[in-house]
Amino acid sequence: MSSDRNLIEVRNLTVDYVGEHSVARAVNGIDFDIREGEAFGLAGESGCGKSTVAFALARLTRLPGLVSGGEVRLNGEDVLKFDKARLKAYRWNEVSFVFQSAMNALNPVIPVSEQIMDVIQTHQPERGKDGARARAVELFELVGIPPGRLDDFPHQFSGGMRQRICIAIALALQPRLIIMDEPTTALDVVVQRDIIEQIVDLKSRMGFSVLFITHDLGLMIEFCDRIGVMYSGRLVEVAPAEAILTNPQHPYTRALGNSFPPLTGPRIRMEGIPGTPPDLRSLPQGCRFSPRCPHAMDICREQDPALRYYPENRSEAACHLLN
Amino acid sequence: MADITHTPAMTLLDRLDREAVASAAPSQGELMRELGIKGRPGWTSRLPPSLAAFVTNPKGMIGVVVLLGLILFSLLGPLFSEYNPQRRAGKPHVAPGYEHVMGTTRMGKDVYTQLAYGGRMSLAVGFGAGLAAALIGLAVGISAGYFGGRIDDVLTFLVNVVLVLPGLPLIIVIASLVESAGPLVIGTVLALTGWGWSARTIRTQTMSLRTREFILSAELMGERKWRIILKEIFPNMLSFFMGGLVLGTISAILAEAALSFIGLGDPNAVTWGTMLYWAQNNMALQLGAWWEIWPPAIAIMLTGAALVMINFAVDEITNPQLKASRKIGRIRRFLARRGRSADVF
Amino acid sequence: MSLAELEARPVLTSNADPVIEMDEVHKEFVLGGAFLNQTFLRALSGVSLKLTRGRALALVGESGSGKSTCARMLARAYEPSAGSIRFHGDDIATFKGQRLQRYRSEVQMVFQDPFGSLNPTQSIGYHLERPIRLHRPELKGKAIEAEMLALLESVGLRPAADYLKRRPHELSGGQRQRVAIARALSVRPQVLLADEPTSMLDVSVRLGILNLLEDLKQQRQLAALYITHDIATARYFAEETAVMYAGHVVEQGPSQEITDNPRHPYTQLLIEAVPNPNRKIAVVPGRRATDIPLWTRSSRGCPFVSRCPRATSVCKETMPKPVSVGPGHTARCHHVAS
Repeated sequence: MSSDRNLIEVRNLTVDYVGEHSVARAVNGIDFDIREGEAFGLAGESGCGKSTVAFALARLTRLPGLVSGGEVRLNGEDVLKFDKARLKAYRWNEVSFVFQSAMNALNPVIPVSEQIMDVIQTHQPERGKDGARARAVELFELVGIPPGRLDDFPHQFSGGMRQRICIAIALALQPRLIIMDEPTTALDVVVQRDIIEQIVDLKSRMGFSVLFITHDLGLMIEFCDRIGVMYSGRLVEVAPAEAILTNPQHPYTRALGNSFPPLTGPRIRMEGIPGTPPDLRSLPQGCRFSPRCPHAMDICREQDPALRYYPENRSEAACHLLN
Repeated sequence: MADITHTPAMTLLDRLDREAVASAAPSQGELMRELGIKGRPGWTSRLPPSLAAFVTNPKGMIGVVVLLGLILFSLLGPLFSEYNPQRRAGKPHVAPGYEHVMGTTRMGKDVYTQLAYGGRMSLAVGFGAGLAAALIGLAVGISAGYFGGRIDDVLTFLVNVVLVLPGLPLIIVIASLVESAGPLVIGTVLALTGWGWSARTIRTQTMSLRTREFILSAELMGERKWRIILKEIFPNMLSFFMGGLVLGTISAILAEAALSFIGLGDPNAVTWGTMLYWAQNNMALQLGAWWEIWPPAIAIMLTGAALVMINFAVDEITNPQLKASRKIGRIRRFLARRGRSADVF
Repeated sequence: MSLAELEARPVLTSNADPVIEMDEVHKEFVLGGAFLNQTFLRALSGVSLKLTRGRALALVGESGSGKSTCARMLARAYEPSAGSIRFHGDDIATFKGQRLQRYRSEVQMVFQDPFGSLNPTQSIGYHLERPIRLHRPELKGKAIEAEMLALLESVGLRPAADYLKRRPHELSGGQRQRVAIARALSVRPQVLLADEPTSMLDVSVRLGILNLLEDLKQQRQLAALYITHDIATARYFAEETAVMYAGHVVEQGPSQEITDNPRHPYTQLLIEAVPNPNRKIAVVPGRRATDIPLWTRSSRGCPFVSRCPRATSVCKETMPKPVSVGPGHTARCHHVAS
């Protein structure tokens, strides 16, 4: 259950990828909020920029990526302006992350207990070694792994359990926001359900917010409260989860929803979206989706629509068709 | 699901305000100007992409220019001299001047002439041995990686033997067994002992390539094995082959110089290495005849440096992270101007 | 049987002779261990499948289910450890020399990774030309290029001439997969094995590829095998579905029947676990998915025992035989639910 207060406010975030002879604009001035206790999803396909946003929020943008503008406000402070010391207090204490191949990012030659304790002691040194170990035991119990296995090595756990360990590490210091970028994509569907249910359970008990990124729209709708749909670096729609499927406002959202064959009902032919996303190095004027949009009008090709709020749907969308 | 009523992220007014926010990002064009990024020069678009990338890489081009200069010097330099590199040309230890542009050695031989003819020999041995070693390494590496099983076991054992044997001492032993090892012998020995590293790298790359589905697809298509090796695997190895070639050449040139320097070469041959040997022998530095030592030394260093620069360029082209790191300075300044610091570099 | 004779056959109905079938196939791989002490992984245990012309069979399963191994065995990348694979009645393990080379043109495969299935250093034209030169010697000179252009058109890559000179990195994932399909079709196969052809593609592109495969399957009367972990696309594309778990086929039948009315506990678990946007996550307390077991030579009984709510002692001892639970619908379970 989310409250009305904003935990994170993203304003005008812009991230570029600096190339040898060109600059590709991966995220193009997006705005959104994540409320306290909310599960906010970022949906979209490859190249839309959703993972780039995740990295930018976590302050993990790597070369050749560059956050060239915008603000990320946490309690009024701009995360993008944090210096090294402030970052240390920010990371893992206030915001932590779980990435897709996190389970492969565990150091194979160090026991898991040390890896968890390492994080705790780096960001909360006042706990001391015993305190860190006690916390590690708590965390294992929290994610449902027998604490007796605390000193095992990563390879002794299955993929699903390793991902749970990564979630445990993300929870170690009781952050207020966890950023999850495709946390279950590499796992089997039954294990995936298990882990997502676990996250839901922990979230309701501990009250943290989640920024959830995945290409699996069905899973996102099940899990998230609100969803932002990104296309080619822009947010084209932000709406409550159910509305994305039952009442999509933007043609891209609608087409995306129609790209998932149902498990019930008659077998009818469905179409995906023809064409390919634009080249991020030279974006077209006007709406980026217009070349592929079945309803494109002249104004769509000239003017890029802004994201506007429509109170009757309690959602935002960026489309000229709605005006 | 309980009803969530909420205020939207931004009202229309907020959005208009944001245009004025100081943290707004520059446009893509402005960003490029601020970071000093220029579009690719038009004439490069007609070249295949990897060649175009190489030609616009400053390190690579410097290396190529220097190397070409040295090669041209070795080829054409002798034409400008009427002296014989192996015969007396003048008085001993004459300082550089009009008659002898780089002076003469203790034996009165013209240094410039020696340098030019010696260059032919040193570079020929170096490139020849380097190429031979790279080719042997390629053949062994690809076979071991592609065929696997017994063949791999046997070849890997061979590679390990060649790698484990200490290079230079082995060459010294072999060279000393042969009467007076001319540059050709040295070159052959270098080729036969220098292919190990190349073979191992190429074997690893072949093994990882082998699991790629386009190889399986070719096999399921009924392609002959030799065709798969030549047309499917080898083209993907080019950068490794080039890398091996360059490094092999450097080590061959340096090894030849070293061998000649310690006197294992043919004393009558003229290479940069033998020049150093004689200079050492004749105590050139102690006698103040710096012109006997410096030219060959600088020539060897320049060759090595040029090849290493080319290698850097090849690395940069194949590894985009390295390429991006060239702009670190400007990106840091961009961030500093906005009161920010880097996330992770 | 020559290729010409096969093409003259009339279009078969679904009950007709299978083009290719797997009969009680076992496949073992050595997992390691010293000479006399090796562990053998049973990747496939008693797998029986049939593919018929103009119809698709979906193989649904998670990691370790053996579905990819099935495809590779049908393509003769591996040989069975037991059981046989028959192509029009002939055991493919006996094929050698010319007959084997011809088999290569009769069964073709499309792979999962659009980035790995094409050689990055060669042009698209190269990828299409090689199979044609190898298996269609009747085409020469200009005819080859004409055929390549026709193939590109048939997979929806237009204008075809533009694509011939391009390299794979210039194409999107969906376009590369179309090239891979064109390559497979260039030798005029009878069987098309598609190993998770859309898993690594963007969601909006997947349907385009599946629709293309459907059209080609009908036009050319291909016998298709569609491997996927996504049971919803299996239902969309294939007429029949077989569900695999730890190397065993546990349920098989018409796709709609399997998804509407699953009878094996694993299939039921799978369908329940698939993301369903029409509901909200409900935490089911106490459920912890255990790992899919590593099936070895010495393993006994039903592999699903460790996770099955209906498991009893007989399940630990013997692998159940297929039980008929509907028309054309079988499940291998001692306690098939009603």
